Amino acid sequence: MIRLASLLLLLIGLYGVLTTKNVIKMIISINIMELGVNIFIISVGFITNGVAPNLTEHIDSSLSNFVDPLPQALVLTSIVIGLGITSLGLAFARKMNKKYGTYDLTMIGGMKDE
Amino acid sequence: MKKVFIGIFIIAFTLMFLIAMSNSISLFTYNESLPETNVSNDYIHKSVTKDSEEIIFNETKDAETGSANIVTSIVVNYRSFDTLGEVTVLFLSAMGVMLLIGSSDLFMKRKKSGFILRTAAKILFPVLLVVGTYIFTHGHLGSGGGFPGGTMIASSFLLLYLADEKFVAKIEQFKTLLGSAGTLYILIGLTGLLVGGYFLQNFLPTGTVGNLLSSGIIPVVYISIGLKVGSEVTLIISSFLKEEVTS
Repeated sequence: MIRLASLLLLLIGLYGVLTTKNVIKMIISINIMELGVNIFIISVGFITNGVAPNLTEHIDSSLSNFVDPLPQALVLTSIVIGLGITSLGLAFARKMNKKYGTYDLTMIGGMKDE
Repeated sequence: MKKVFIGIFIIAFTLMFLIAMSNSISLFTYNESLPETNVSNDYIHKSVTKDSEEIIFNETKDAETGSANIVTSIVVNYRSFDTLGEVTVLFLSAMGVMLLIGSSDLFMKRKKSGFILRTAAKILFPVLLVVGTYIFTHGHLGSGGGFPGGTMIASSFLLLYLADEKFVAKIEQFKTLLGSAGTLYILIGLTGLLVGGYFLQNFLPTGTVGNLLSSGIIPVVYISIGLKVGSEVTLIISSFLKEEVTS
């Protein structure tokens, strides 16, 4: 069920990227898309009654109970790269606002409205 | 009109996605156990100790990675080259932010913050620093690691920015820390190349699973990643706050 929810998040983000003209809202939409994809990847590795893949004193290491650790490692990479994309995009948006005085993409002549 | 077309496109995309996924992954139920048919059986049953025995916390010695946290042993040992690229991406984006908006020297006329925030920041700042350091030094034992620890250190500096209207982080020292931590990571990799024969090999003894001094190069690499991520995110925050200032 959470896979459908993550798919819904991905689609909301895609709709936001395609329809908004404000740069900041576009960056937020890209973040929502990333969130949906990350939740989907994590849910692929989940098993019923699984625990975190973490050896401690209280967990017997019979390895059958652990969820798949590989999607979690991939999502860790994805989150960090999302942070880099967001900060660089916001810096570009700030620079654009300084030069043109607006956050609207249609006002700067780079993209024509219908 | 345009939004209707985009809506139709998104519905078509959803149908394509559902049809493509319906054979391989069930959208409604979870796996009962790890899917052995999808991954190679040899890889699932690979032995990470020398004589293929079960790994017991606080007893097993000289395992292949020696890390109690399996995600850490993937991120920093098996896929460490991937992590080096990830750290490079974060470094490049921090450099880009500083190049774009970090050069102005004007500061925002911030309002003086309240008494509660100023007092709480003085108490919380050392606590946040110590907790962040704990998280990135214990990345091979429990949940956590270099990235959350570094972000927590950066959040302590954000707290100082919020509390004190005249606070400015010392940018030059952070740049030095960032560069030296990144160089340490590459030097560890090159040492592995010289000692063991391939880049980023775990050349130190791995010790007992669950001890603080165990699992070879993983704590060293995670400490360098923690310092690097902390200084990078602090530089990004201070660039944005300095920029806010000019308008």
